[in-house]
Amino acid sequence: MNSSKAVPSTPSFLDFLVRRKILGLLLLILILLLVLWKLGSELVTNPTLFLQQVINGLQLGFVYALIALGYTMVYGIVRLINFAHGDVFMVGAFMSYYAIARVQLHTWPAKVFPNLSPGLSIGIGSITVILLSMAICALVAITIERVAYKPLRNAPRISALITAIGVSFFLEYFGALNFVFSPNFITYKRPFDVTTWMVSAQGVQALQKGQAIPEKTVIFSNISIIIVVVSILLLVVLQYIVGKTKIGKAMRAVAYDKQTARLMGINVDSVISVTFAIGAALAGAAGMLYAIAFPQVFFWMGIIPGLKAFVAAVLGGIGSIPGALVGALIMGQAEVLSAAYISTPMRDAIAFTILIIVLLVRPTGIFGEAQREKA
Amino acid sequence: MKTRVAIFVLLIVALLVTACQPGAAGGGTIKIAILAPLSGPVPTFGVSTRDGALLAIEEANAKGGVLGKKIEAIVADSQCTPDPAVNAMNKVIEQDKVHYVVGEVCSKASIPISEIAEKNKVVMISPTSTNPTVTLNADGSTKKYVFRACFIDPFQGTVMAKFALSKGYKTAFILFDQGNDYVRGLAEFFEKAFTENGGQIVGKETYTAQDTDFSAILTKVAESKAEVLFVPDYYNIVNLVGAQAKEKGVTAVMMGGDGWDSADLDKNAANGGFFSNHYSPEDTRPIVQQWVANYQKKYNSVPDALATLGYDATNLLIAAIEKAGVDDPTKVAEAMEKLEYEAVSGKVTFDAQHNPIKSAVVLAVKDGKVSFAASVAP
Amino acid sequence: MFKKIDRSSLLFLGGALAFFIVVQALISLNVLTAFWNTILRIGGVMAIVSIGLNLIYGFNGQFSLGQWGFYAIGAYSAADITYRWTNNASTDGLIVLLLIVLLVGTSILLLYRLLSRIRGLDALSAFTVYLLAAIGLSVASVQLGRVIAPPVNGLLQALPPDVATTIVFILAVLIGGLLAAEVSFLFGLPVLTLGSDYFGIATLGFTIIVKVLLDNSDTLLGFTEMKGARGMIGIPKVTSWFWVMFFLVLVLVITRNLIHSSTGRAIISVREDEIAAKAMGIDVGYFKTLTFVLGSLFAGLAGGLYAHVNGFLHPDTFNFIKSFDPMIIVVFGGLGSITGTVFASFAWALVLEGFLRLLLPSGFETWRFVVYPLLLLIMMLLKPNGLFGNFEMPYLRQILPPLRKKTSQPQSEGITVKEANV
Repeated sequence: MNSSKAVPSTPSFLDFLVRRKILGLLLLILILLLVLWKLGSELVTNPTLFLQQVINGLQLGFVYALIALGYTMVYGIVRLINFAHGDVFMVGAFMSYYAIARVQLHTWPAKVFPNLSPGLSIGIGSITVILLSMAICALVAITIERVAYKPLRNAPRISALITAIGVSFFLEYFGALNFVFSPNFITYKRPFDVTTWMVSAQGVQALQKGQAIPEKTVIFSNISIIIVVVSILLLVVLQYIVGKTKIGKAMRAVAYDKQTARLMGINVDSVISVTFAIGAALAGAAGMLYAIAFPQVFFWMGIIPGLKAFVAAVLGGIGSIPGALVGALIMGQAEVLSAAYISTPMRDAIAFTILIIVLLVRPTGIFGEAQREKA
Repeated sequence: MKTRVAIFVLLIVALLVTACQPGAAGGGTIKIAILAPLSGPVPTFGVSTRDGALLAIEEANAKGGVLGKKIEAIVADSQCTPDPAVNAMNKVIEQDKVHYVVGEVCSKASIPISEIAEKNKVVMISPTSTNPTVTLNADGSTKKYVFRACFIDPFQGTVMAKFALSKGYKTAFILFDQGNDYVRGLAEFFEKAFTENGGQIVGKETYTAQDTDFSAILTKVAESKAEVLFVPDYYNIVNLVGAQAKEKGVTAVMMGGDGWDSADLDKNAANGGFFSNHYSPEDTRPIVQQWVANYQKKYNSVPDALATLGYDATNLLIAAIEKAGVDDPTKVAEAMEKLEYEAVSGKVTFDAQHNPIKSAVVLAVKDGKVSFAASVAP
Repeated sequence: MFKKIDRSSLLFLGGALAFFIVVQALISLNVLTAFWNTILRIGGVMAIVSIGLNLIYGFNGQFSLGQWGFYAIGAYSAADITYRWTNNASTDGLIVLLLIVLLVGTSILLLYRLLSRIRGLDALSAFTVYLLAAIGLSVASVQLGRVIAPPVNGLLQALPPDVATTIVFILAVLIGGLLAAEVSFLFGLPVLTLGSDYFGIATLGFTIIVKVLLDNSDTLLGFTEMKGARGMIGIPKVTSWFWVMFFLVLVLVITRNLIHSSTGRAIISVREDEIAAKAMGIDVGYFKTLTFVLGSLFAGLAGGLYAHVNGFLHPDTFNFIKSFDPMIIVVFGGLGSITGTVFASFAWALVLEGFLRLLLPSGFETWRFVVYPLLLLIMMLLKPNGLFGNFEMPYLRQILPPLRKKTSQPQSEGITVKEANV
């Protein structure tokens, strides 16, 4: 037909556009430049404020990382989006609350060994509380796994997802009953006081109560440090368990091929239970640290952090343990920087837009392994 | 196949049984329905409102009821969401045949049910819905059967703005929840009154009800050096904001509305703050003292603003029924318009748009205690 | 000329008519009061949303959590049209949206023809082209609409008010559906290239973004009548049981005919095995997009109907937590079973809002959401493949084999049929 005459000239230009994926890349580059320009101009106008916001974002990122680690591990091994993870996290926070506010468990070292230095005794006490809530969460998770997930092991995967949602609702609303936890917002009692330090050209000083922050100073608190240390510690421990121990090997085998793993003499059921227990223990630890950072516990508190952490895990490449940390850090920065510099109402929308854009560039997340799923 | 048929039959039978249940006609009792969010994210507000309302009904019954009849309370869960609230409202009107409704707590649930109340000629009094459209039709006329027991947004926002200025503060930073119209309304009117009277708003930031991390916006507050931080939200958000504000070096004085009024308000986090409220706990009027004592005796906790307003709303309704002298919603609505009643939150009359006219107090949070700071007439 | 109508179609249409008449009679006789009436209408609306999701997920295997976002788009756009008509007696909303839907729709179809000739065009570039076209045409439609609206106003006002409102309402629902479909096309184009769970999260993100925009619809988007988080009032309550049934039957007929066509078989083949489907010469991307758009169209239609049930819209209704409801219904009814989806929608509405309200003793109102997940858990444990599994009523019955059960293929991590997971 007529158009055939015009053909020779167009393909070369089209070819150029298509081969290089020019248009799509242009769109992405445009967005990236806009963001960089905005952030860059803010950095130039007020570097201390910018640095402060980055520190805020880091703290939030490490909080998400704590929850994301458990999420990503369970997903990596059993391929279930465990929606109840956020609610196990809530149980962990409540358990630590009861242990601290009702039983004063964190003061036991001071009672038994009165000669210990106060810092050390509170430290040991807090570690006891965290271990307790980790243990209880592990128990809760094993129960959930036995009751709600194990019978569905041979059913379509989505069935287990729906029971996970069911378990999540149940934990929330059962927890909201008066005789279980409470429907109220409860102020969390921190086992230790918050200290805020100011860092400026003059050195490091502690912030006094009611004191304003001088110019050109950034601040951080002991809570941030604890959260960063604990998340990195848990990351290393988790990497060690999955990568170096016997049970970790079994987990990886189960993740790769359940049937063959069973033939190799691996007790698949107990491996999966252990996986859930470890994931839940991480959630328990995260619950307590989250409550220390944002001192309030209530029955609904697990949903949003759970969702954000899950998104962080996806961003980093779900199933990848270092990916969870990186994804969480990106989420933290995205939220804080967009709240600080772009638009607070659109904070969540921006965080999710970033997620979608990252996924378009790296379809299995930043650290995701190349498709283990059906393409 | 068997299970499918069984479930199908079960559903049909259940439908027939429940649908054909004869709604017990109001013989010896007067029924009052209490619609409150008992599930969803904020059941604590619903539970408080319900407890306050139930206490009012119990006290009225102890005095012999109203019009010589006992009052029967019917509680329904409306979830603070439009659809379940509509279902709950339809249920109490059609299945339980109630003529009087106390509820809902949230405006977004009260608006759709107020239309049902109007259509079915059922008197409804919302204890806490501040959105003006709850009592107004789309064309701006007043809904005949719908009332409220709380302040509307302009009043509290203006009160706090004037109070802040009278304390000598000139700059304010506003934080508000973009998804909550109560908070948004207070913030808007605070801003308006504050700027009109010579103050300056140095910043405005939003968050959502699920946020727990306020570090980014609080850093901005600290940077702005504002003297007042206006957070007109419920106590749960105030607790989080207050605790983090101290860690971020914010020195501004926190201020807010009646959402702060709760035993669960973290007095350390909100230390030095001020909020407007319906009554002061130091108020010596016997009705206030009695209310606090009775509530404490029954539920073992100090009543919060929601419980107080639930209690007041129910009492206003009972008083209106008493005044009308007959169990007829139209007469009761008319009686309510002309009602003058001494409630816990002060002497109440209704204006042309069915909003209560009553005075407010400003309370101060200091050293773990809440105390009277100033009184404001309407 | 007339094709013989087969018995199953007659049975289905007759059955639907009978169901409609019986319920309508009960409503007219006031046996089913407004309480049940509302629940049944919501059940029907949920059925339409869930059928859309079942197409996307049950038949095509795309794990989408974005259905609720499209439902919101349909609801708000339809509501805006009828709001402007009933309150301002103006058709500008109707005309502008109609123009947008038509122009963008045509441009998408035309561009699709053009772009599909280019081999190896990446999704993101194609998306950029469509996006530019859509934005340009939308701006043009707004300008054009301002010119066209006044004469149409006069035309509609000449009609009796009831008729005019009904016409506007039907158009509004259809436009809402089409708008949702077009947005889903734009969004789906790049995102459908993602793997199952990643696609799920991206679509969940879409739902959350829509909710945030609706929260700020009066400030950021500039639609003051939507009132943002204060909730939109003044929408006419015109969705009757008739309209719900009408659209439900329409959607069922479309779905059935689609599934029974060669297109339907291609859609199912994508679910069963994408690589094999590709090897058979099936354009996987095309069928994924088609199903996604069609499913979102249904969501948009349902949204338009929902907006006119209670006459009140609030962004909280479109919260992501509720976006799991259609997913629950689809799985509960049985993946890939349309019969099951319809049944489960009504059962879900009746049980959660109806029976649990009436049957729980007083003092136990807080237990409603404790009992609901327990029921859900028990049902899933008893019937892991959903209530209806693969069962279909004769009218909808599949000629194709049911879901295949794969037991041990670690390489196939698609979403529908899994190896032993959990």
